[in-house]
Amino acid sequence: MEKRVTFKGWLLPLALIAPQVVISAVFFFYPAAQAIWQSLFIPDPFGLSAKFVGLGNFEFLLSDKFYRASFLTTAVFSILVTLCSMIPALFLAVIADRLIKGSGVYRTMLIWPYAVAPAVAGVLWLFMFNTRVGVVSWYLGQLGYDWNHVLNGGEAMGLVVVASAWGRISYNFLFFFAALQSVPRSVIEAAAIDGAHFWRRFFTIVLPLITPTAFFLLVVNIVYSFFETFGVIHTITAGGPQQSTTILVYKVFSDGFVGQDLGSSAAQSVILLFVVGLLTVIQFKYIEKRVHY
Amino acid sequence: MASERHGMVEKRGAGLWLTHVFMILGVLVIFFPIWLAFVASTVTQPEIVQPPMPLWPGDQFWENYSRALLSGVNVPVSTMLLNSFVMAMGIAVGKIVISLLSAFAIVYFRFPGRTTFFWLIFLTLMLPVEVRIVPTFEVVAGFGMLNSYSGLIFPLIASATATFLFRQFFLTIPDELAEAARVDGARPMRFFVDIVVPMSRTNIAALFVILFIYGWNQYLWPLLITTDPEMNTIVMGIKQMFPSGDDVAEWPVIMATSILAMIPPVIVVVSMQKLFVRGLVDSEK
Repeated sequence: MEKRVTFKGWLLPLALIAPQVVISAVFFFYPAAQAIWQSLFIPDPFGLSAKFVGLGNFEFLLSDKFYRASFLTTAVFSILVTLCSMIPALFLAVIADRLIKGSGVYRTMLIWPYAVAPAVAGVLWLFMFNTRVGVVSWYLGQLGYDWNHVLNGGEAMGLVVVASAWGRISYNFLFFFAALQSVPRSVIEAAAIDGAHFWRRFFTIVLPLITPTAFFLLVVNIVYSFFETFGVIHTITAGGPQQSTTILVYKVFSDGFVGQDLGSSAAQSVILLFVVGLLTVIQFKYIEKRVHY
Repeated sequence: MASERHGMVEKRGAGLWLTHVFMILGVLVIFFPIWLAFVASTVTQPEIVQPPMPLWPGDQFWENYSRALLSGVNVPVSTMLLNSFVMAMGIAVGKIVISLLSAFAIVYFRFPGRTTFFWLIFLTLMLPVEVRIVPTFEVVAGFGMLNSYSGLIFPLIASATATFLFRQFFLTIPDELAEAARVDGARPMRFFVDIVVPMSRTNIAALFVILFIYGWNQYLWPLLITTDPEMNTIVMGIKQMFPSGDDVAEWPVIMATSILAMIPPVIVVVSMQKLFVRGLVDSEK
């Protein structure tokens, strides 16, 4: 789509677009190019020179069992976060949609966690499950279950998943609620007259109508769990125990800043770049469809 | 027309009560972590370190919050709040201003390189700062911008979401308005200031809500570039309050800080709920 009516001149528009172009060039394109360039080298231990290795860093990464484990960890983590945030959100939205009065109050209460930063959410959940002072871990102990996410990788994963999914429930709830509100009542009432019960109506009429929203949320939540959950992982587990919660973004950080392995970290950035690119393409392809729908 | 909308399919009597009960249970479960943090911020350290801690607020509210705000652990929390506020405002205002300008240029002018610039900006949509941290850190360090507000803000406004939103919106502004302005001999910037910006104010407000929260909740970037505690933001500063080694964390102060860290974004979200929902839907489209 283009404007028919435009203004003349080219100096002014260049000046107007300059701030964004300059900031993007300095803080985006140059660093991104650097990441690609650095991924082709291995710096010597003193950081004085770097040896060109071509795709060596990538070859090493793809055969590295820790890196492959991190891929798997990321996949498990993002699937769990997506499920744990979408299913409760849909459930709450369906209930809220049935209420005439009060749904506004509930909605206000449910929005809160979205505003809580992932890192702060991490601290809240860490506090509840802390092995020494946590309330939930203490009550679990009374029930005879010895909770220790510091040593147990599975429990650590469970905790970071729940802490990451928590704030996303609000987000998904808002989208599901909006989608449910836009389902035409006449369709539902017609089904009700035909004697279809609530759950029957839900699965045969409502759910198909909100599938576009659900699919959109699926992609957005996967992107979220790939990148924005760094704060949760850093505050709760720092990637441990034994790397059982080291997702890809966390590994870029820990190899690059903690381990100072710049070549490998840069190569990991480049791989992540492809992953983001792929996800973005899926997202846009889908959104194209949504417009027609 | 709520009554007509729901008509015969909503629940009445026992079913309605059951629906409310489910809803309240859901809200309680979702709210529990925040409640617990609030309780912990109002009791004494001994009450927490000997589990189980109480589930109802104590009487240490003022003590804990004033200790957090005035002395904190490494740096007073009031300093971190100020840093977060400057960062969040800088990101929100900065991104909105540069995006308004560039979207105006792209929509209302034909100039050499327009399509190229458009696609270059488009590319920045694809790469969150988490992916390019090492080289971006080097650039910022090279400029001597570590431990500075500009270092906190600039790398995070280099993204195109806002530009796209404004472009979409500008395309819906009727051509007649620009035509009239041109006939009247109004200069482009006059048109921009008098017509385009006022017409975009709802979009600007909605975007502001989203960007403020985005800026406030940043974690990784401030963690990397603010080595001086005086420049810590509150969201990344909480983690720095935990002692290394075996010392026991000062839970009441840490939890008071967590509550303080969530208050500004919660106020923004709850008080501007309609704009917030609109901003969410817009920015994800």
